[in-house]
Amino acid sequence: MSAEKIVGTGRGNRFLRVVLYAVLILFALYYLLPLYVMVVNSVKPLDEIRQGDMLSLPQIFTLEPWAKAWSSAQIGVQPTGLRPYFFNSILMVVPAVAISTILGALNGYVLTKWRFRGDDVVFGLILLSCFIPFQIALIPAARILGMLGLAGTTTGLVLIHVVYGLGFTTLFFRNYYAAFPTELVRAAQIDGARFFQIFRRILLPSSAPIIVVTVIWQFTNIWNDFLFGVSFGDFDSLPMTVALNNLVSSSGGVKEYNVHFAGAILAALPTLIVYIVSGRYFVRGLMAGAVKG
Amino acid sequence: MAFLKIENLRKSFGKVDVLKGIDLEIEEGGFLVLVGPSGCGKSTLLNTIAGLEAISSGSISIAGKVVNDLHPSERDIAMVFQSYALYPNMTVAENIGFGMEIRGVPKPERDKAIAKVAETLQIGQLLTRKPSQLSGGQRQRVAMGRALVREPQVFLFDEPLSNLDAKLRVDMRTEIKRLHQRMGTTIVYVTHDQIEAMTLATRIAVLKDGVLQQFGTPAEIYNKPANLFVADFMGSPSMNLIPATVEADGGNVGIVMQRDEGAPLVLPLANGAAVNLAARNGQKVVFGIRPEALTDPDSADRNARQVSELDCEIEVIEPAGSDTFAVTRLGGREIIARLRADAPISAGQTARLAFNLDKAVIFDPETQARIL
Repeated sequence: MSAEKIVGTGRGNRFLRVVLYAVLILFALYYLLPLYVMVVNSVKPLDEIRQGDMLSLPQIFTLEPWAKAWSSAQIGVQPTGLRPYFFNSILMVVPAVAISTILGALNGYVLTKWRFRGDDVVFGLILLSCFIPFQIALIPAARILGMLGLAGTTTGLVLIHVVYGLGFTTLFFRNYYAAFPTELVRAAQIDGARFFQIFRRILLPSSAPIIVVTVIWQFTNIWNDFLFGVSFGDFDSLPMTVALNNLVSSSGGVKEYNVHFAGAILAALPTLIVYIVSGRYFVRGLMAGAVKG
Repeated sequence: MAFLKIENLRKSFGKVDVLKGIDLEIEEGGFLVLVGPSGCGKSTLLNTIAGLEAISSGSISIAGKVVNDLHPSERDIAMVFQSYALYPNMTVAENIGFGMEIRGVPKPERDKAIAKVAETLQIGQLLTRKPSQLSGGQRQRVAMGRALVREPQVFLFDEPLSNLDAKLRVDMRTEIKRLHQRMGTTIVYVTHDQIEAMTLATRIAVLKDGVLQQFGTPAEIYNKPANLFVADFMGSPSMNLIPATVEADGGNVGIVMQRDEGAPLVLPLANGAAVNLAARNGQKVVFGIRPEALTDPDSADRNARQVSELDCEIEVIEPAGSDTFAVTRLGGREIIARLRADAPISAGQTARLAFNLDKAVIFDPETQARIL
């Protein structure tokens, strides 16, 4: 009886399947709608948006809002566009992702393959940092950055994001390496490899899937962060998200919705690209053949 | 002279004592098998020899040099792991050459050594493959190649055959024995399979709960087990262990075993044995006899000095092709006798069985130790 249900040959089943797909397609459209609105309106002249129909396709196609959002829109005091802030974000995200991923991998390696007394407690404490709300840490973090002389700098933001990301990256790598066969580490020890050699030659080559997961996760989180950026950033270090907010909420003059839409897409683009590019390398089954089976 | 010597070795994880004072030694070129049920500490013992686990006290020396505090790579050992532990990201050749690469051996020399080992193990055609492209038996060979290429003083094997299917396991067992005979390198081998232990070893160490139960040649372990545990663990089907009583009457001493029906079975003992047991008149003992020492009168060992033939009720017959196993009952236990394949015997009938008392052993049920 239940077997027939699973195989799905009955007529009732086909009907259910149609309903299922209809619902899924409906939801997909629903979720795509905002993106559609953003893209369509970012290539319209402002007048066309003012006429009130946000859903219609552009009558006149223009890339001017994109150019303006990128290089000449009024953000704060200066008409610089989003460009300098985009590079602020890049300069912050790339080192923060790289450092937190490497440290997380090392933590995971030590916590699973070089176990020591109390390692579970250490891991528990690191894990706890995943659950601390950002707001609680704002004032102490500001104090520490001030003491280190890093207030308002990109380096300061990198430090904050590395510290905050460490809990997650450690968790990812620890759980991944827990399933990594310890006998491989032992074999390498007998072959004479030492701590970093084992890490670099034996574990890292098999870590592609978890590195991709961690990079996507860290990149998305750090790129999209607003609170740390607005709290600890200065003109030279304000990230894209804060700049976008300043662009959209700057008072005075007309609200240039088309420029805002273009700016918002520009701010979202890097995370999309990271996901699409590195997702392709999300390969499974790299461990096959290491041990039996 | 002992080549590998282990003295009063202790190992504890926190409050748990895993190894409780092990003393072992093996001569150069010997084949030492550590055998025991899972959790007996045999793999831990091997890991301490390898240097993968630190010891709590005692000492380990190889070729007269104490290696307690040496890194695994400095002990001049090589190890084959249960899971083979081949590096998944490297080819077979790179796997075999990794140790040399780490030690900074130049590439031409490395390639020569790899080629030589590949020839020995007949894996030359596999050198450019990744481990994931190999079968279980091939992986096993590569893992052995990685150990062979080091030309170490001692080889350590950690249950190397347990992941192979039955047929391949027998083949590889023979191959390991052949390799050992050819190279003459000292081997320490861990297994839970007592047949592997018997076939490969020159010395067997039986472990249980971190305590060495018996250490001796395979024949000693098999014929003169030190206690009930060793008697029961080694051999398949395992030794018949029958509750019995000693009955001494003047110079004649016999072993009395109860039967479900009819009079008790009495086995008279020869003079030598009788003297030792006379003092235990009336006491309970455990009478141990291996299935092959309990057979039909035609198959009984002609050279045995002391064979007793007695009638027993046969409950079940299990023909196994080469032999026939017959199940009877003595002392409230199921007893297995091993008869020749075409022995004229059938279930439910009484048959005459020959007890080869040369091969029988007697244990004290209190201390579990062998007394005869």
